[in-house]
Amino acid sequence: MNRLAAITLTLLLTASAADLQAESPLGTWVRDAQKRVVKIYGAGGLKGLEAYQSGFLVSPEGHIATAWSYVLDVEPVVLLDDGRRFESKIVGFEPSLELAVLKIDATDTPFFELKEEPNVDWGDPVIAVSNLFNIATGNEAASVMQGTVASVTELNARRGTFKTPYRGKVLILDLIANNPGAAGGAVINSDGQLAGMLGKELRDSTTGVWLNYAVPANALRTTIGDIIAGRKTTVINSATATLPRKDSHNPNELGLVMVPDVLETTPAYIDTVATDSPAARAALRPDDLILLVNGQRVDSQRTLRSLLRTIDRRDNVELTVQRDTQILPVTLQP
Amino acid sequence: MKITARSTSLCSLFLLSLAILSCSSSQAADPIRLDPALERVEKSRIESVARAVPSAVSVFVPGGGGGGSGVMISPDGYALTNFHVTSPAGSFMRCSMSDGNVYDAVIVGIDPVGDLAMIRLLGRSDFPKAELGDSLAAEAGDWCMVIGNPFLLATNLKPTVTYGILSGVGRYQYPSGTLLEYGDCLQTDASVNPGNSGGPIYDASGKLLGIVGRCSFEKRGRVNVGVGYAISINQAKNFLGYLRSGRIVDHATLGATVSTEPEGGVVVSNILESSDAYRRGLRYGSEILEIDGRVVQTANDLQNVMATLPNGWRVKMSYRSEGKTVDTLVRTMGVHLEDELLKKMAGALPPPPPRPQQPDQEDNDPDQKENDTEQGDKPEKNKNQPPQRVPPGQRPGKPPRKIPQQVKDQLVERKGFANYHFNLAEQNSFIDALRSQFPAANKPTQTPSADEKKAWLIKGETAQTPAQPVKIQIATDKMSLQIGQQILQIDQRSEMYDAVTDSTVAGLLPALNAWRRMLNDGPLKFGESYYLGTMPLGGERPLRDVMVGIAGELEVRWLSHPDTGAVEAIEVFADRDEDPAELWLLREGDSKAMPNVLDLRYGIDSILKIKVQSWEQIPASELEWSADDKNAHHMRDSTFKRAIGASQNTNKQQEVKA
Repeated sequence: MNRLAAITLTLLLTASAADLQAESPLGTWVRDAQKRVVKIYGAGGLKGLEAYQSGFLVSPEGHIATAWSYVLDVEPVVLLDDGRRFESKIVGFEPSLELAVLKIDATDTPFFELKEEPNVDWGDPVIAVSNLFNIATGNEAASVMQGTVASVTELNARRGTFKTPYRGKVLILDLIANNPGAAGGAVINSDGQLAGMLGKELRDSTTGVWLNYAVPANALRTTIGDIIAGRKTTVINSATATLPRKDSHNPNELGLVMVPDVLETTPAYIDTVATDSPAARAALRPDDLILLVNGQRVDSQRTLRSLLRTIDRRDNVELTVQRDTQILPVTLQP
Repeated sequence: MKITARSTSLCSLFLLSLAILSCSSSQAADPIRLDPALERVEKSRIESVARAVPSAVSVFVPGGGGGGSGVMISPDGYALTNFHVTSPAGSFMRCSMSDGNVYDAVIVGIDPVGDLAMIRLLGRSDFPKAELGDSLAAEAGDWCMVIGNPFLLATNLKPTVTYGILSGVGRYQYPSGTLLEYGDCLQTDASVNPGNSGGPIYDASGKLLGIVGRCSFEKRGRVNVGVGYAISINQAKNFLGYLRSGRIVDHATLGATVSTEPEGGVVVSNILESSDAYRRGLRYGSEILEIDGRVVQTANDLQNVMATLPNGWRVKMSYRSEGKTVDTLVRTMGVHLEDELLKKMAGALPPPPPRPQQPDQEDNDPDQKENDTEQGDKPEKNKNQPPQRVPPGQRPGKPPRKIPQQVKDQLVERKGFANYHFNLAEQNSFIDALRSQFPAANKPTQTPSADEKKAWLIKGETAQTPAQPVKIQIATDKMSLQIGQQILQIDQRSEMYDAVTDSTVAGLLPALNAWRRMLNDGPLKFGESYYLGTMPLGGERPLRDVMVGIAGELEVRWLSHPDTGAVEAIEVFADRDEDPAELWLLREGDSKAMPNVLDLRYGIDSILKIKVQSWEQIPASELEWSADDKNAHHMRDSTFKRAIGASQNTNKQQEVKA
């Protein structure tokens, strides 16, 4: 109860300094946030899979943080708040955070500073800005909602209840923020700082209740910073030479039997694992999805094969795989 | 936790609850004292809610057929709600208000495209009404509240208040099925649930911002998911007059399709040659800059503005074509043909109840109460329904409802009308106003016999220099216009049609003739007559009352000032796809004064201006008709047209007076 009293007190103290107006006190706060939020269009459009989501600018050079999802299976198109349209590149992603960073060729874009650690705790008022339901199109501003952070907690306290690879703390929101297309939207605290990123829709598998939550900015800061600085990129290094077939790795030698490659971009799902192979020794399993090879993004089986061609067959291969809701680092030793 | 100035008001929302909580738990410490500033905000919020609640209406369909919400907009009982709320009820519903009373209500007018309906609550002349705000001034982030009847909880006669912010403004939501298009609407995160439909959304000070009408539901079931939409009150304001007419009204289209250029700009990609926009010079490739006073930069912007306009309105438009910027007026056309709209409406009615119900049994099954619509939801709902709908009030398994007498007294059914009673009332007030203004209000110059009276003799001179004398004579089916030595005489109906369709100066004769005949005969004998609603005159507000009278091939419209009732313009349409003859009556005095100037216009050009010197009502027998065909020209005579029309045409009048 001391805490409640303290909050109330803080409110009172700060309020006394404020010139309060009954009408539209949120105007600039809302508008500043909307300018930093973008609409992202990509793969999907089939039954139940929306081909759109949200994102927000995190650098003046056009870096955009968003939720890592199937929408990014194709190079996404980004619409800024002012209506400008850009093709984008995925420059980095971190599966365990469900985070992806895109880059567009724009300069002097307004963006959220991620330098300082925002102070976000339960009870704090926030606004959430996203393009939920794809309501805004073209130069229309993203939708804004208000509410409070209901709690800061971990989802894996009841592991398996929510199907997400993210294992860190989340901001549970008392507003109905996580709707189709809202993933990647920004949650902003009363200082106008980024407090978190709206996550993908999550539903309690036992009760059927939909969760409203955000991944805190603190959990994303370092990774986003690393990706922007180029310290952590999942972009394929095109400078690496392709080795002769006999000198490089290939799926067969590693014991990886992939699902039939029938599409232009068939996901790199493992169909079976050959016994007594590097893959078997690393305990890979059927249905594992290969996301990264030596830190580079695998968007298809074709990419997997060509990435393996760049690795000397005597070297280890570092994989990041997704197994159900887990993100696992795996080392294949030849 | 650190809070800055801009969030203090946000904090104030939950502050009170926190403060109370803290009070009750802190042991004997200093009592919590609210900061005066916060207290002021909190107090103003409470006051706003108190101001807003009395005008909220809860609508119930008699017999437990569902319901919704509404909002009172006039002391004599006129309230707005959604079309999709009233449609299951048909013409009669019961409404409760926060004063604890239940009132009978009758349908007035409906707008199936815009999902608006006007109803009238009966039994009082001092209903508390909402103060209308300006939804164009609203912005994302503004505090707002929704008051209404979610889940039909207001059976205790107390409406529910939910609070939130505007999440977006100027939103466009595609039609649900074929109707219910939400253009330029407001989006809110205040809770909107089934039953809130038709109810008010107010701004933080308690002014009416719009009519709540639909939600995004998707897969989470038919409850609020943080996204509700409201029809803007500015759109509703445009439609109030149309709805009051008791008609089934339609929305406007330009008759052109547009696209957004990659570099920005709204460019015409297709245009109907029969549209007024085409007659005003709009062409393929023209860039539309502004419409009805609103700048448009994308195709969505234009669609948003057009969706808020009623069919037939004439509004200002600016466009750029071949480097030239043109400011003009444009008459809109209907989105639907009349029968098309009626057909679609029948299809949009909610399906009959799945099982037979006892007539007077209250239905508490929430599934039966849902009234909100949402894209993608309807088809599923309609899947198992027979394609043909039964008109409301005559559903299978239900005996026809007993309609209270006071509702019956205000209900007249007629095709194309939601309730013809209200149209008749408007027709009556039109003719009363017409008969109490000049020239009818003035006593005839002499006292003629009944059938002869009120032939008109108008004298004056043209406004051009040198001025030429003008003499106008109007008698039953015979009229003449003399300018200088030229006389134009009409004694056949077909000549009136020609006078207009050829855009001649003689077009003022059928206009004056219709006026005179309306005065003598009244709307019932004039021909097919009805009150259309309100619209701008020359693109300018205030909105004028419009009465329509159709006689023969001519459709005549009287545009009267809403306050004085004075007729300010008479439009005569010979053909829907041509410019009508517009006779503008410019007065210096009040409605009882003689017009000083008669101004005849086609399109936006004035072709004849007459300074009126005298306007007499004399027996028709005293008029002088030219028997000599050499002096009296008839319509087909081009010499007359050239002599008068052409010289005037060079003197184009761009000026538009309100």
